[in-house]
Amino acid sequence: MAEIYAYIPHSSGVADDTALEFPVAAGKIEPGASVTAIVTGSGADLDKVAESLTSAYKEVIKIDNEALAYPNAEIIRKVLCNIVPKGAIFLAANDTFGMDLAPGLSIKLDAAFAADVVDFEGIDGGSTLKLVRQELGGAVSTHVTCDISSGAVITIRPGVFAPAEEAEKAAGGSVTDKSGEAGDLSVKRRFLEIVEAEAGDVDITKSDVLVSVGRGIEGEENIEIAEELAEAMNAVVSCSRPIVDAKWLEKSRQVGTSGQTVKPKVYMAMGISGSFQHLGGLKGNPFIVAVNKNPKAPIFQVADVGIVEDILEFMPELTEKIKEL
Amino acid sequence: MEILVCVKRVPDTAENEFELNSEGNDLDRDDLVYSVNEWDNYAVEEAIQIVDRVGGSVTVATVGDEESEEILRREMAMGANNGVLLSDDAFEGSDGKGVAAILKSEIDSGNYDLIMTGAQADEGAAQVGGMLAAMLDVPYASLVNKIEVVDDKKLKVGREIEGGNQEMSEIELPCVLSIQTGINEPRYVGIRGIRKVAKLEIPVKGASDLGLDEGSVGNAGAKVKRVDYFVPDLGEGAEMLEGSTDEIIEQLIEKLKAKGGL
Ligand SMILES: Cc1cc2nc3c(=O)[nH]c(=O)nc-3n(C[C@H](O)[C@H](O)[C@H](O)COP(=O)(O)OP(=O)(O)OC[C@H]3O[C@@H](n4cnc5c(N)ncnc54)[C@H](O)[C@@H]3O)c2cc1C
Repeated sequence: MAEIYAYIPHSSGVADDTALEFPVAAGKIEPGASVTAIVTGSGADLDKVAESLTSAYKEVIKIDNEALAYPNAEIIRKVLCNIVPKGAIFLAANDTFGMDLAPGLSIKLDAAFAADVVDFEGIDGGSTLKLVRQELGGAVSTHVTCDISSGAVITIRPGVFAPAEEAEKAAGGSVTDKSGEAGDLSVKRRFLEIVEAEAGDVDITKSDVLVSVGRGIEGEENIEIAEELAEAMNAVVSCSRPIVDAKWLEKSRQVGTSGQTVKPKVYMAMGISGSFQHLGGLKGNPFIVAVNKNPKAPIFQVADVGIVEDILEFMPELTEKIKEL
Repeated sequence: MEILVCVKRVPDTAENEFELNSEGNDLDRDDLVYSVNEWDNYAVEEAIQIVDRVGGSVTVATVGDEESEEILRREMAMGANNGVLLSDDAFEGSDGKGVAAILKSEIDSGNYDLIMTGAQADEGAAQVGGMLAAMLDVPYASLVNKIEVVDDKKLKVGREIEGGNQEMSEIELPCVLSIQTGINEPRYVGIRGIRKVAKLEIPVKGASDLGLDEGSVGNAGAKVKRVDYFVPDLGEGAEMLEGSTDEIIEQLIEKLKAKGGL
C-alpha cells in the first residue's frame, strides 16, 4: 500500500479547503490508501488546525515552531525533508505556496515530480502511477506515467478532488507532535511582510452581472466596446489577467486566483480561453455566456451558453439590440 | 550582476487552435505557430532592467532543438548580451528534472549571481526554477512580481500570492527566481532588432560539452513521461447558439432576461 502524506495549508486556525481534497485524491491513487496530514505553524492556531484535521485524517503530524508562524516554503521544505519518509508519496496543493515548495522538495527527496494533477488512474505494477494533467492553458489533456519507486512529490489542482458529499467526519484520528524532528530551520530567504492588493475604483464583487474581457479584446482601444455593452446591461467590466498585465484595466478588475473572487448571477466571458486560474475566481455557479472565435476554447466546457463569434463585431451588435429593448 | 535567464520555445496559445494528429496521441504540429513562453519575456525584461541599473550582463539559455535558436535571438534583440543553446538528441524526452539538470550544468560552468525562469511554460508545471534552486542548493522564490537590489549580497523580492496580495521577502544571492507576468512591460522587438543580432554567435552545447551522463537526462533518465494527448469528454459543455448573428443575439437576449442578466 502506498504511503501517502499531505501538507495542509491553513490560516488563522482554519484548514484550507484542500484539506478535504487530499483524501479523495489518495483514494484515486490507490483505493483504500490512507493519508497522513502534516501541518506546520506555531501556537494556538496550529493546535486548533491539527485538532480539526483529526475528523478527516487518522494521523496528523504537527510541527510547532515560532519560525514556522508564517508559511515560508524555504523553511517548510527543510522540515519536510526530515519528516516525509523516503519512498513516500507527498501531496500538496497547486497554489502559490505549493508552487514555491514542491519542485525543490522533489529534488531534495530524490523523488519524481508531477504538478497540477487533475486526475489519477491508479498504480500499475507497483511503481507506475498513472495520472492526468493539462497543458497549453487547458487546451489539451495528457496521460502521464510517473515512476514512484523512489517516491513522488505531487501537486493537485485545487477544487477538482472536492468530496461529492460532506466528507464522513469520523476518522477519529490523533495528533502526533514531531516538533522535535524539524531539524535546522535556518534559510536564506526571510519573510518580511504582506502587502495587500490595492482597492480600485469599482468593486467588481458587488455586481450581479459582469462583462469580462480577455486577450481576445486585442487592444486597449477596444475596451470601450466592452464598457458600452456593460452600460447597456447595467453591468460592470471585469477581465482576465493579461488585460491587467498590459495595464489596460486596473488590477482590481481581474477575476481569478491572483485577482478577485466574484459571485455574479451572470458572467459574460468575452474572448477568455478559460484557464483554471481564471475560473478559480468565479464562484456561486453563475450563468456563464462565452463568446470566443475558437470553437475549441476550453471555456465552452464550463459555460452554459456558447457563441462562436468575433467579440469585436459581436459585442457592438449585442449592445445595439439591447438598447432597442 | 551576472544574470542567466532560462527561456523556452512553446506553441503560442493565442495563435493556435490545437488539434490532435491522426493517431490521436500527439498534437498536430505541422502548422503550429511557436513563440517565446510568455512568462520568459518578463524575466528577460527584468534582467535587462536590473543590469541597466547595477551593471553586469544577461545570458539567455534554452534547452531545445535547433529551431529554438530563434527565440534566443529574439531575447538578444531585446537586450540580452549572450545566448546559449543546449541541444542534443540525448536531451529529448527529458522530464522537468532532466531539463533542470541540463541547465544546472551550464550554470555551473559560469559565475552567475542570479538565475531567472518564467513562472511556468506550456506544460503548466512551474517546476524548473524550483528544481534548479534545489540542485544548486541556493534559495528560491517563485511567482516574483517585484525585485529590488539591496546590495551585492541580497535582493528584496515580492511574490504574488492568492488574491493579488504580495509577499515581501529578503533573499540572499546567488538565488533562483521564477518571474510572474505583470512585473514589468516587456519591450517590443521588431524585425530590425532581430536583424541587428542575426550574425551574433550562439554556441551550441551537447551532453558531452556539459559533462552530462546521457542516461541521466532525456527519455532514459525521465521518471515522468507523457503517454499521449487527448481532449477530455467533459459531458455536455455549453449549449452552442447557432444561426445568423441576429438570430444568436435574439436567443441570447431571451436567456439573459430569464437569468437576470437584463
Ligand atoms: C500563478 C498564476 C496565477 C494566475 N492568476 C490568474 C488570474 O487570477 N486570472 C486570470 O485571468 N489569469 C490568471 N493567470 C493566467 C492564466 O494562466 C491565463 O494565462 C489567463 O487566464 C489567460 O487569459 P485569457 O483567457 O484572456 O487569454 P488567452 O488564454 O490568450 O485566451 C484568449 C481567448 O480569446 C479568444 N479570442 C481571440 N481573439 C478573439 C476575438 N476577436 N473574438 C473572440 N474571441 C477571441 C481566443 O480564441 C482565446 O480563447 C494566472 C497564471 C498563474 C501562473
